[in-house]
Amino acid sequence: MSSEDDLTRLSATELAERLAAGDTTSVQATQAHLDRIADVDGNVHAFLHVDVDGALEQADAVDRRRADGELLHPLAGVPIAVKDLLATKGMPTTCGSRMLEGWIPPYDATVVERLRAAGLPILGKTNMDEFAMGSSTEHSAYGPTRNPWDLGRIPGGSGGGSAAAVAAYEAPLAIGTDTGGSIRQPGAVTGTVGVKPTYGGVSRYGLVALASSLDQAGPVTRTVRDAALLHDLIGGHDPRDSTSIDAPVPPVLDALDGDLTGLRVGVVTELGGEGYQPGVRARFEESLELLTKAGAEIVEVSCPSFTKALAAYYLILPSEASSNLARFDAMRFGLRVGPEGVDAPSAEQVMAATRAAGFGSEVKRRIILGTYALSSGYYDAYYGSAQKVRTLISREFDAAFGRTDVLVSPTTPTTAFEFGAKLDDPLAMYLNDVATIPANLAGVPGLSLPIGLADEDGLPSGLQVLAPAMADDRLYRVGSVLERLLEEQWGGPLLGRAPELASSTGVGR
Amino acid sequence: MTTLPGLVGFDEALETFDPVMGLEVHVELDTATKMFCGCPTGFGAEPNTQVCPVCLGLPGALPVVNGAAVQSAIRIGLALNCSIAPWCRFARKNYFYPDMPKNFQTSQYDEPIAYDGFTEVDVDGDVFRVEIERAHMEEDTGKSLHVGGATGRIHGAVHSLLDYNRAGVPLIEIVTKPIEGAGARAAQVARAYVAHLRELLLSLGVSDVRMEQGSMRCDVNLSLRPVGQQTFGTRTETKNVNSLRSVERAIRFEVSRQAGVLGAGAAIVQETRHFHEDTGETTAGRVKTDAEDYRYFPEPDLTPIEATADWVEELRATLPEAPRVRRARLQQAWGASDLEMRDIVGAGALILVEQTVAAGSSPQAARKWWLSELTRRANETGVDVSELAITPADVAGIQAMVDAGRINDKLARGVFDGVLAGEGTPQEVVAARGLEVVSDDAALGAAVDRAIAASPDVADKIRAGKVAAAGALIGAVMKEMRGQADAGRVRELILSRLT
Repeated sequence: MSSEDDLTRLSATELAERLAAGDTTSVQATQAHLDRIADVDGNVHAFLHVDVDGALEQADAVDRRRADGELLHPLAGVPIAVKDLLATKGMPTTCGSRMLEGWIPPYDATVVERLRAAGLPILGKTNMDEFAMGSSTEHSAYGPTRNPWDLGRIPGGSGGGSAAAVAAYEAPLAIGTDTGGSIRQPGAVTGTVGVKPTYGGVSRYGLVALASSLDQAGPVTRTVRDAALLHDLIGGHDPRDSTSIDAPVPPVLDALDGDLTGLRVGVVTELGGEGYQPGVRARFEESLELLTKAGAEIVEVSCPSFTKALAAYYLILPSEASSNLARFDAMRFGLRVGPEGVDAPSAEQVMAATRAAGFGSEVKRRIILGTYALSSGYYDAYYGSAQKVRTLISREFDAAFGRTDVLVSPTTPTTAFEFGAKLDDPLAMYLNDVATIPANLAGVPGLSLPIGLADEDGLPSGLQVLAPAMADDRLYRVGSVLERLLEEQWGGPLLGRAPELASSTGVGR
Repeated sequence: MTTLPGLVGFDEALETFDPVMGLEVHVELDTATKMFCGCPTGFGAEPNTQVCPVCLGLPGALPVVNGAAVQSAIRIGLALNCSIAPWCRFARKNYFYPDMPKNFQTSQYDEPIAYDGFTEVDVDGDVFRVEIERAHMEEDTGKSLHVGGATGRIHGAVHSLLDYNRAGVPLIEIVTKPIEGAGARAAQVARAYVAHLRELLLSLGVSDVRMEQGSMRCDVNLSLRPVGQQTFGTRTETKNVNSLRSVERAIRFEVSRQAGVLGAGAAIVQETRHFHEDTGETTAGRVKTDAEDYRYFPEPDLTPIEATADWVEELRATLPEAPRVRRARLQQAWGASDLEMRDIVGAGALILVEQTVAAGSSPQAARKWWLSELTRRANETGVDVSELAITPADVAGIQAMVDAGRINDKLARGVFDGVLAGEGTPQEVVAARGLEVVSDDAALGAAVDRAIAASPDVADKIRAGKVAAAGALIGAVMKEMRGQADAGRVRELILSRLT
């Protein structure tokens, strides 16, 4: 194992310390990750685009800034991967769709702008379900990402690429987006950490909208501390996003390794039990015991409306998506397809032909659902009722947080499933997000961290921590303590138990 | 008017039917930047130079509300005696059209910022109250330019060009409640309402309200019902009626057409119609059915707008004088009669006269030019008098030259010709066209002498005391000087030689 390989095994925090101490350079660290990508991504397929030259250029620039004695962000020089849903100036942004094949945005998303300003070299863009619709990356128009724990299984979705890149040591950090669990669920099934901040906590400007009222970008990392550092960097008010909260980022760094004595931890009855895999439940119960030992008080809470969350979500999301995706019409950017056998097609015919050719089946399914739900005569029954359920869910969160400081649940009902297992059954696929969706509907923050391997299949499972809006710091308080206690038991990070990935060099992409 | 088969004369139609109107007026606000982004809003820039990711609807871009536009919307609402919503939202109006970047228009649906108002319109000296349903905020679309078709229409076009400079320009849509009781004066009421609205908006300083540039656009809803009936008939919506004169003509035509259809026992089709400036007729557009479903829902990318009572009162304090109060004040200041004021207002020239007076002209002169000379020319070219290519300052400048004796009224008409033809300022036109009166007494004296010599009999009459006979000699001199002489001075010279 060369020294460069060592750099990829470090957490972002450890790598940042070495960079600060002058023990290594950003160019070396970035090159190490680029080499790792070249070595294993043929198998994992976490990336849709790797920006070798751009990443090395940024690394060199930050090394020079450091040499000039400039005061840098703690994560300066640490390379990062970005989900392909975020606009990156001069770098392709496809959202996993044929519709945007070859599109190069003329502007940076605010999150990307902040990463660049802080000197984090961007390695490339990560794979995802098309327009973030899916829980497996199987809906990517460019082929699925494979789970580094078992290449025959899904890495979760929609942000499977970001989670797999981090799990496979192709990147120490990644940006994901979470509309109904797309950061947390991939985190759970790949043994990584994922955080969905409070809605409005991180700017959505430049994040290609799936469902505007639900989308939120957040950190994808291997440790809770790394997530806090990244959260602190990308969070905070952005005047270009009207839904961005004009308040300081919650004190996520100060919350690390705090004391849990007296902390009231609520276990949500409706987010567990039946339908949850025994191995997942077992690891979850053990984590509760650890929290108790650390001084937390476990409280059972019931949120009956959470059982309606999935149904409400699958009305609100498609409604907003049907409108958000209307702009993909071949007029100004992206794919343009002429209708077959039409001599001088009208703009409307080109729009229709392009949308028919450019969108995959899951995207079309949701556009049709949403168009229907918003239609006059159905609006009240569908979109209107779903919004009422959403209000009820928010109220139940409020009530629960009146009795508890945080809520916890298994992040997902099961570990990673095999490719194709749920592809023909959309409802089964949607059920993956049953535990993560309520947080999006209420806008509250959530964190998923690995809590061990399920006995049945030896695959990772995750625990989700939820906190009141703008109390994101509590996620880190609980997450960092639980992570430390678990790693003490395991004798190291869970990812250390993942099988070594075979080199894909020579296999071809 | 031309009568097509099936048309019933306007006056005849109104003996049988009672018209009910609804006017929807779109006004572009003249804010420096667009409704949801920082792009400039100036008219006439090179295509697609005033655009950014937001107004082009690029993936990932997000809107931010222009506070100045909200302020203008509230002021318009207040000036129309509306209630201002303490809390309201934007909504998405979803439909596909190439010049609409996001394929939805960010507008307001069931929560307009201003609602339930009224305004009082002068119609031939009577006050007509028009009830306002709502005034809401929205964004404009881009423009399609259809190339290769006969008249710039999409039908028959080979291809189309898209200009997104206008996309995202702030619009206020002002919608009246059904206007009933106008009867035979329906067309005048509608025209007076739009003229009144324009005056109001100009006085608020929220828009340049140039109908010919599309910054004010009017849609006319009209239905007929038998006189005495309470329930409304089926309406049509005539789109983009873009001058005061067109508003009047469109209503007259629709009344005649609908009366013809109803009179023949047929039913009115609820549809969108297009007004044609050239023929004064409307033709059927798309049929309005239930199939047109905009799938409105609250815009999730924007937060609600809260207009606090304090803010609304602050804005109310900035409202200019109400138009009727202002008219009364001006009437008194100008010493104008009721009839004269009615003429000025009716011609849509109140602001023009006011500004001409402000530029130094007497009220009488300002009124004379705008109401006679310039209104006639506007009618000849089929535009509104305010749309003529001449400013109040130009008119005041021309009058100043008349007052100074540099030109006379006849020469002034030539100066109007030149200014309207784009030849420059009044001074430049006078110089270029050589319109100044001849004030050289030697030259005039010589001409007078020639005129006296040519008509000894007339000269004798004057010498005998018949001073009125001087007119014939003055005419002869003016003819020789091709009008470029001060007739008063010519008269003086004649009389000094003969009496």
